[in-house]
Amino acid sequence: MADLSIDMCGIKSPNPFWLASAPPTNSGEQVMRAFDAGWGGAVWKTLGNPIVNVSSRFGAVDYNGQKMMGFNNIELITDRPLEVNLREIAEVKKRYPKHAVIVSLMVESKQEWKDIIRRSEDTGADGLELNFGCPHGMCERGMGSAVGQEPAVLKEITSWAKEFARTPVLVKLTPNVGDILEPGYAAVDGGADGLSLINTIKSIVGVDLERMVPLPRVGQFSTNGGYCGPAVKPIALHMLAVLARDRHTNRLPISGIGGISTWRDAAEFIALGATTVQVCTAVMHYGYRIVEDMIEGLSGYLDRHGMKSVKELRGRAVGNYREWGELDLNYNVVAKINGDRCIGCQLCYIACLDGAHQCIHLPEGPCRGWHGEPDHGKHPRLEPSPVLFHRHPDPSNRQVRVPVVDERECIGCNLCALVCPVEGCIEMVEVPNNQGFESWQDRVAKGTDKVPGGLYD
Amino acid sequence: MFDSALSGVRLEDQLPDAKPLYTPGQARAEAERCLYCSDAPCVRACPTEIDIPTFIKKIATDNVLGAARTILKQNILGYSCARVCPVEVLCVGSCVYNDWHREPIPIGKLQRFATETALEEEARGGPRIFTPKPAGPGARRVALVGAGPASLACAAYLALEGHRPVIFEKRALPGGLNSTGVAPYKLHLADALAEVSYVLSLGVELRQGAVGEGVSPEELLQEYDAIFLGLGLGEDNRLGIPGEDGPGVYGATAFIERLKTDQSLTLNGLRRALVVGGGNTAIDVARELAQLGVPDVAMVYRRERASMSGYAHEMAQARMEGVRLVERATPLAVLRDGERVRGLRVAISGPEAGEQDLLAEGIFLAIGQSKLRAVASLFPGVTLDSRGCVVVDPISRRTGNPKVYAGGDCINGGKEVVNAVADGREAARHMIQDWPTAEAA
Ligand SMILES: Cc1cc2nc3c(=O)[nH]c(=O)nc-3n(C[C@H](O)[C@H](O)[C@H](O)COP(=O)(O)OP(=O)(O)OC[C@H]3O[C@@H](n4cnc5c(N)ncnc54)[C@H](O)[C@@H]3O)c2cc1C
Ligand SMILES: Cc1cc2nc3c(=O)[nH]c(=O)nc-3n(C[C@H](O)[C@H](O)[C@H](O)COP(=O)(O)O)c2cc1C
Ligand code: SF4
Ligand code: SF4
Ligand code: SF4
Repeated sequence: MADLSIDMCGIKSPNPFWLASAPPTNSGEQVMRAFDAGWGGAVWKTLGNPIVNVSSRFGAVDYNGQKMMGFNNIELITDRPLEVNLREIAEVKKRYPKHAVIVSLMVESKQEWKDIIRRSEDTGADGLELNFGCPHGMCERGMGSAVGQEPAVLKEITSWAKEFARTPVLVKLTPNVGDILEPGYAAVDGGADGLSLINTIKSIVGVDLERMVPLPRVGQFSTNGGYCGPAVKPIALHMLAVLARDRHTNRLPISGIGGISTWRDAAEFIALGATTVQVCTAVMHYGYRIVEDMIEGLSGYLDRHGMKSVKELRGRAVGNYREWGELDLNYNVVAKINGDRCIGCQLCYIACLDGAHQCIHLPEGPCRGWHGEPDHGKHPRLEPSPVLFHRHPDPSNRQVRVPVVDERECIGCNLCALVCPVEGCIEMVEVPNNQGFESWQDRVAKGTDKVPGGLYD
Repeated sequence: MFDSALSGVRLEDQLPDAKPLYTPGQARAEAERCLYCSDAPCVRACPTEIDIPTFIKKIATDNVLGAARTILKQNILGYSCARVCPVEVLCVGSCVYNDWHREPIPIGKLQRFATETALEEEARGGPRIFTPKPAGPGARRVALVGAGPASLACAAYLALEGHRPVIFEKRALPGGLNSTGVAPYKLHLADALAEVSYVLSLGVELRQGAVGEGVSPEELLQEYDAIFLGLGLGEDNRLGIPGEDGPGVYGATAFIERLKTDQSLTLNGLRRALVVGGGNTAIDVARELAQLGVPDVAMVYRRERASMSGYAHEMAQARMEGVRLVERATPLAVLRDGERVRGLRVAISGPEAGEQDLLAEGIFLAIGQSKLRAVASLFPGVTLDSRGCVVVDPISRRTGNPKVYAGGDCINGGKEVVNAVADGREAARHMIQDWPTAEAA
């Protein structure tokens, strides 16, 4: 079995699966149950001067029967007394010496940072995470994302923390910025030992249309919250990849966070450069028990691919994340429908017809696909496409509902394969070409980049 | 509206809904599974071509009123159809999930949820699903014979367009077989009558009277702009064997009608019942008797199981409820001890050929219904085919008399409620199309 153990800038844990700083790491009792379930580390719910929370606090986006594909909260940092948290952290660390316990912190003044870091480290915790990400409530008080959005402030506070800390310092970034490299550079320049990202994305999760109050509702008002859960994973992956391929920021190990629910999600984060991953929403949804499958699934994957340790996976996909201008303009795929698997829902047909390139046809009955010469839409299409009545030789055959792709007209966009409900039914197949690799940048270099049909042609 | 008919206790009360109403959460969860197919096969399989994916998506977005509108626009009796349609061989049987070997979308239950919710809200004074056009000077008067699904649908669509339909019904209760025939575990009398009340609320008039007896066809032809025949079928057929006449032998539909409407009916002393026939009516009676606690119910069918015209899914349910099947058995005589039925003598064909006496206290004949040839023939120009069905143009449902249309069981010999609705709707559309000044107002 592959070795899952991790050393992230000196913080060791038996596996890369950590709980993110959030309700699942609110108390010692919870963190110990999580460790028993298999979690390798926990970032304690952010400590600072205690706050009061509101009720209610959470909202969610459900999609087509799937609950909580996006999750939103307006909770602040811990509302428990500092001393209680510190005592529990010390006890957890004593009972679970091999697990990673990281203390998340958020205070204001330099003195406060000095004092809270000393008291946190006195618990025996393995490291610190500076919460510069919370985009609601705390930022109105000049903390959280208010820091994460100001590179100069971020750098300064990071350097304070480094001045006082004996254990490794991770900086948790907010995604609520235009360019993640700016806070990334600031963290590096402030001396951070590692990065964590993403914290939540500023959001309004919905509106109560009866009361005309956004959600979640606190009496007659609401406020913006932070968005997380499966819906934010693509945003997190992008920010992670940007940091992972930049020479300045990729010197630091990164703890990837945002929408991770399965081992596959985790593997994707690791392939794009994460050393560890952190999970919040999926645990709030299903509980600590999900880690069993995460561990088993990740090691199974590593074994199948002949990787002896999770370190071998780290960053493997980073090099293949390129600028658009570096992509091969001569590469082509077309859709191929497997008639044996097709269930005849014709979603591919309607999607291609209304949302792509009108190149999927129906074998029987009226068909609105493009019946002119294949030209990828280059020529005028003003007349309504004539409806042709196709005739299938055997209308009783179930194949009459299997659509047909006009491969000459298909532009290989993937849409049909994405809407098809049946796994493996539509395959995007590479079309061989003998033109070789040629990117936009290659064309620019050769001076062949001009595309006819523009403003001055 | 029909409170007195519903006040007492009837045997059908003992047969609970086989498919209870979904809660909103259940409905939404199922609705969200629908793929929203393009040119959906479920729609093609619906004789009234309800836009199923559209109404299901509306349920998913909590637009239940809109869902009901989508359904009732195509099928004004979408409520009873949701409950009585053999969906297994229609929409649900065509759902693409079947081909995927996954549980198909429960279209009937979703349709019930949408229509029942919206109709009940409207009945309580909530938003109207449809607002009929007001009847103007151009409004036409149409007489409809029989208050079954065919006429109710035809009348409803006429009323919605601002015309004045009048239904003549010979029975005390309207609704046709929805009220008197359909198995109670699918649809109870009260629910069938509630749907009739909705149709009447659209501006349909109901009068009691038998056309051809109290009501004269000539007068109808004179007084009305068009006639619609929704007669249904007649009496249960008889076997024509010795001992058949007398107590203890029941026509199946006559018996079911009493089960649903007659407060005096009891099944005291009935321990063994024989149901003669292999169609859906036979299966229905057998299931009803079994569910009502008759310990031994057997169907007697003249050929082997595979040739039965009843639906396989219904027969499977019947077997689960303990109904036995005696195959290849042709009735020869009803056996009696004096007045009392003792059993049925049958001739068994096939490998174990021979005569056999099947013992029972009650015998139920479900071997088809007669055709109401006489009434139809009272309208000049209306013709019958060799089976006794009224002959109509398949598109317009017009008979040989250009003023007379027909639909439902009297033209198809006995199909489903949904076919009767399709006929009624199409007849209404064609009447309106064919009238010189199409607009009512
Ligand atoms: C036992 C049984 C169970 C069934 N179960 C189902 C089922 O589960 N699902 C399904 O879809 N279908 C079922 N059917 C079939 C379905 O009930 C019929 O197809 C449908 O009711 C036909 O509608 P209709 O309007 O043509 O006729 P009917 O429903 O028969 O209505 C005809 C009406 O006309 C009246 N009438 C007749 N002659 C005159 C006259 N001269 N003057 C005035 N009124 C007259 C009758 O009293 C009756 O009310 C069942 C049928 C039977 C017999
Ligand atoms: C209810 C709630 C409270 C949170 N509180 C904190 C917090 O105190 N400190 C912090 O750094 N992040 C906090 N977060 C953000 C999470 O740690 C994490 O960055 C984010 O939820 C993305 O991960 P996920 O998609 O797995 O939930 C909170 C998130 C939620 C949902
Ligand atoms: S989307 Fe897939 S299953 Fe549906 S018709 Fe197209 S190929 Fe067949
Ligand atoms: S890949 Fe795009 S263009 Fe090609 S058939 Fe599919 S939807 Fe149409
Ligand atoms: S066939 Fe099934 S999945 Fe497709 S639209 Fe109809 S009910 Fe929905």
